[in-house]
Amino acid sequence: MTTLIQRTASRSQQDFEHRHAAHCESGVMSSLLRHHGLDISEAMAFGLASAPLFVHLPFVRVEGFPLTAYRAAPGAIIRGLQKTLGVRMRSERFRDPQAAGRRLDTLLDQGQVVGAQASVYWLPYFPPDMRFHFNAHNLLIYGRTGDDYLISDPVAEHTVRCAREHLDKARFARGIFAPRGLLYYPQAMPRQVHLENAVRQALRKTCFLMLRTPWSLIGVGAIRRLAESVRRLADPAQDPRYARLFVSFIVRMQEEIGTGGGGFRFVYASFLQEAGQLLGRSELESAAVAMTAAGDAWRQFALAGARFCQQKAGVGLDQLATAMLECYQREHAVFRQLAAIKT
Amino acid sequence: MKISDVPQDRNLTLQGERKAVYAVDEQGRYRVIASSGWEVEETVTSLAVDHYRELAQNARSAVMHGELAPLAYHLHARRYQVVTLAQATGFFQWQVRRHCRPRVFAQLNKKVLARYADALGMSIQQLQVLPVEK
Repeated sequence: MTTLIQRTASRSQQDFEHRHAAHCESGVMSSLLRHHGLDISEAMAFGLASAPLFVHLPFVRVEGFPLTAYRAAPGAIIRGLQKTLGVRMRSERFRDPQAAGRRLDTLLDQGQVVGAQASVYWLPYFPPDMRFHFNAHNLLIYGRTGDDYLISDPVAEHTVRCAREHLDKARFARGIFAPRGLLYYPQAMPRQVHLENAVRQALRKTCFLMLRTPWSLIGVGAIRRLAESVRRLADPAQDPRYARLFVSFIVRMQEEIGTGGGGFRFVYASFLQEAGQLLGRSELESAAVAMTAAGDAWRQFALAGARFCQQKAGVGLDQLATAMLECYQREHAVFRQLAAIKT
Repeated sequence: MKISDVPQDRNLTLQGERKAVYAVDEQGRYRVIASSGWEVEETVTSLAVDHYRELAQNARSAVMHGELAPLAYHLHARRYQVVTLAQATGFFQWQVRRHCRPRVFAQLNKKVLARYADALGMSIQQLQVLPVEK
C-alpha cells in the first residue's frame, strides 16, 4: 500500500515533458509538479484541489448568460494544491506588459518552467471556432527561441509555439478574470506527500461544498435549481431563441475542450479510482463507478440539449429539465456516499 | 463512459485538434483518450459562433444604413457583447452603446478610440471603417 509519495529530483528545462490533459489548470499543475519530481496525475491534481463543483449564479453574467460552472473558480486548483500537498507556489502579476515580458524571459533564462494565465481569444494556435473571450486559460511556458515562446498547452495534444506579441496580448486581456500577466511556479516542494491525509482533506472539502452550502447557489442543490429554471424557459412569454442559446451555453460549459466531457465528472471519477487503488480503499473505487454514472447522465443531458438546440422533434424543455434532475439525483447520491466514507 | 463510447466525430470546430477525454477500459480502469470531438460539442459551439456572426452581419447592414458606427460591427465580429467589451475597456455599458451611435463615434477622441482599438486588437484606422465583406 502506498500512502507516501516521495519526491524525486526536479528535471531541467530541456527534459520538460508535455502531457495532454482534459482541463487546463489541473493539467498545468500536474505537469509542473511532475517536472519538479512529484508524480501527481492530472486527475489527482484535480481531485486533491477539490475542483469538482457545480455553480449556478443567475446574477453573474458570462457572455450574457447566468454563470454556470462545473468546477471551482479559476485559480482554485493552484491554491488548493498548496494546501493539500504542501507545495508553495509563487505568483506574480504585473501592471506593465513590458515588465511582465522581461520577467518571463528572466525566469525562462534561469531554467524555470513557468505557468501563465491567458485569454483563449488571443492565442493564435487555438482553432478559430474555439476562440472566445475566456480569460482564465492556463498554459506552461518551457522555453523560448528568438521571438517565439515554447508552450505546453495542456489541452493541446502537442507542444506549440507562440510569438511574443500574441502571448503578451493574451496575458493582458482585460475584463472578467483578467490575467494581469499572471505567472506562477513552485517555490518550495515537499519532500514527500502523505496521500491519505491529502485525500481526506480534499474529500471533506468537496463534500462540504457539494452538499452543505446554503441557498443552493453552489453544490448539488444548484443543479436542481437550474433544472427548474430550464423548465421555466418553456413559458410562452420567454424568447425561444434565448432558451436555445441558454441551453447551448450550459452544454458548452460541460462539453467543450477543457472539461474532459461530462462536466469534469469523469476526471473526478478517475481521481476517486486512483486514490482508492493507492490507498487500498474499495469504497472510493465504488464511488468512482457511481461518479462515472453521473458523468454519463450529464452526457445524456448534453445530447438532449444539442437536439433541442437543433429544434429536433420530440425534445422539449421538460425533457431537458428531467434529464438534469437525473444528474442531480445521481450526484446527490454519490456525494452522500463519499461523505459517509470514514477516512 | 467506456473507451468504445468516446466520440470520434471529427469536429470541424476543432480543426483537426484532439482533446483529452477520460474513459474506462474493459477492466473498468480509467484511461486518457484523445478524441476528435463529439457532434454535440460541435452543435453548441457552432451555435455560439453563428450567433456572433449573425450579430455582426446585422450590425454591418445597420452601419451601411448609417444607423450605427463601425464600432458596433467590430464589437460582434471580435466576439464581444456590449457587457464584455465594457469590461474589457473599462467603459460603462451605456457608454459603449452611446459610442456605437455614428454621430457620437465620429467625435470620439484618440484616447477613447485607442482603448477600443486595443481591446479589439486592431488599429484606430481599422476601427473607423467597415472591412470589405469576405
